[in-house]
Amino acid sequence: MTQQGMFGATGSGDTSGYGGLVRSVASAGSSSRPFGSYFDDVADSLERAYPAFSDAIEKIVIDRDELTMHVRANRLLEVAKILRDEPSLRFEMCLGVSGAHYPAEIGRELHAIFPLLSLTHNRRIRLEVSIPDANPHMPSVVSIWAGNNWHERETFDMFGIIFDGHPGLTRILMPDDWAGHPQRKDYALGGIPVEYKGATVPPPSERRAYR
Amino acid sequence: MTFDPYASSRETTEGTIYSVTGGDWDDIVTEIGSTKEEHVVVNMGPQHPSTHGVLRLILELEGETVNEARCGIGYLHTGIEKNAEYRSWTQGVTFVTRMDYLTPFFNETAYCLAVEKLLGITDQVPARASVIRVMMMELNRISSHLVALATGGMELGALSAMIFGFRERELVLDVFELVTGLRMNSAYVRPGGVAQDIPVGATDKIRETVSQLRTNLKDTEKLLVGNSIWLARTDGVGYLDLAGCTALGITGPILRSTGLPWDLRKTQPYCGYETYDFDVVTAESCDAYGRFLIRIYEMGQSLRIVEQCVERLDSPDYQGPVMVEDKKIGWPAQLSLGADGLGNSLDHIREIMGTSMESLIHHFKLVTEGFRVPAGQAYVAVESPRGELGAQLISDGGTKPYRVHFRDPSFNNLQATAAMCEGSQIADVIAAVASIDPVMGGVDR
Repeated sequence: MTQQGMFGATGSGDTSGYGGLVRSVASAGSSSRPFGSYFDDVADSLERAYPAFSDAIEKIVIDRDELTMHVRANRLLEVAKILRDEPSLRFEMCLGVSGAHYPAEIGRELHAIFPLLSLTHNRRIRLEVSIPDANPHMPSVVSIWAGNNWHERETFDMFGIIFDGHPGLTRILMPDDWAGHPQRKDYALGGIPVEYKGATVPPPSERRAYR
Repeated sequence: MTFDPYASSRETTEGTIYSVTGGDWDDIVTEIGSTKEEHVVVNMGPQHPSTHGVLRLILELEGETVNEARCGIGYLHTGIEKNAEYRSWTQGVTFVTRMDYLTPFFNETAYCLAVEKLLGITDQVPARASVIRVMMMELNRISSHLVALATGGMELGALSAMIFGFRERELVLDVFELVTGLRMNSAYVRPGGVAQDIPVGATDKIRETVSQLRTNLKDTEKLLVGNSIWLARTDGVGYLDLAGCTALGITGPILRSTGLPWDLRKTQPYCGYETYDFDVVTAESCDAYGRFLIRIYEMGQSLRIVEQCVERLDSPDYQGPVMVEDKKIGWPAQLSLGADGLGNSLDHIREIMGTSMESLIHHFKLVTEGFRVPAGQAYVAVESPRGELGAQLISDGGTKPYRVHFRDPSFNNLQATAAMCEGSQIADVIAAVASIDPVMGGVDR
């Protein structure tokens, strides 16, 4: 991720010199063992039960006491099935999916984040899948966690991620004929200036604000 | 048929479409009865008194039997998640409180716990702030369950339940107003603590409310528990067992109605819930009646927790600040309730305008710019009255969220409509949806 400038507005004749500032923001890198807590146990169990572990899992990140497994899109279904069915893992609930759009990460602009919950072991982990914007396809996990049906429709609606194998991937929150996917970063927030006591207040996305 | 402005019909390739918005029901029944079609697709809602909000139910009927049931949602989509990306982390509270409008304190707390996790200040939140959060959440659970019973009762024709429910809810809303200044959408829980301490004398008022509620809730209980008409409408209706719940990701009273005591307050405690004495209510019947019983008895458990909170708030061990000590995060101004409403405390204004330039700069920076949150993501779940409410936040290290996503339990649980309703009578659809208790503000966000 990168951030440009100090302020929210662009092209406003900002003479502070901070307008051209470019900062890159480091996200948490790959963690190494021992992971701590129950995370080693989860990783070991998955590795034992899944021969293609090293190919499927791009990296494991432990950040803020949460385990995130970055999974290759083409391996997602295999990993999900083992996570659900393996007795030592038993993540029988998937609490939906949410998207995130990182336009600066070329080739992996769209991320899908799946929080998983194991009722049996009282554990939580998270799966993250990154796919390119040019080919926004990834497998649907509805065949494994049926409750992800609406969540995937929402993520498709908001980010344009196409979940292959979904039983009916249609828009869910926006009208059926809506153009664009509103929560992508290249989709403007919109809004109109509001006049109040003679002054005009610009819409939130065009106001000067600190980054 | 003569033209009727309330019930017109037109021909399409799919068949005849009747729009029914009122008028003489007999005319419509006669006309539909004269067609050869056995199957009728009924759009119930989005503007319908028994669909629990702007929910559109698409029912394929064969006589009175529901063959297929589908939900149409999105009528209350307000783009809160997108909007929050354009405001500071503190301002985000004002947005998320409006999602599920019956559980504002749960939305706020889930959001704030996630922000605090991202900031790494979870342990620094003052104990008093956590007690106040728990107290407000439990009062909120009561008011939310009361609306569930009230609207659910109304939809099934039990109007007394509706009157009782809303009457009791007023008592709770009075406490909200006393503590936060607002009856709903209060933006009271803030990253790092709460907006202000409870006012002087509030604990006495809350004690009074709790004892009043204990008496009044008995009325609803006596009215409906074991009532044969209520049982006839809810017993065995909207059946969903444990396997169905886990497959569909269902949590909350629906999951507990299968006998599984899964309550995040016990299994994955937050805000110090492990230090309170309360029981998880379950039922074994997997049906609408079981969920109703759970809601009734959970309110009693919530009252127990509120009593313990009030005791703590009065004890000397829990006196002190309600916002983190860190001056780079904690909101600088304390609010005070004046004759003209809620505003910055006059002492604070006197300090920043009259005596301390540094305080003024500090206030200005924190209020206009906000604090920066280290890059990363966090998922925090709380047990809302409807189930697991998850806040998934992503920060890019800036003063605004990079992404805010709420895993709303209503959104997820509404998926169970088809599993609960298909094959049942059309009247049972109403009871089943009422037992899911979806709030469309949370479903559509």
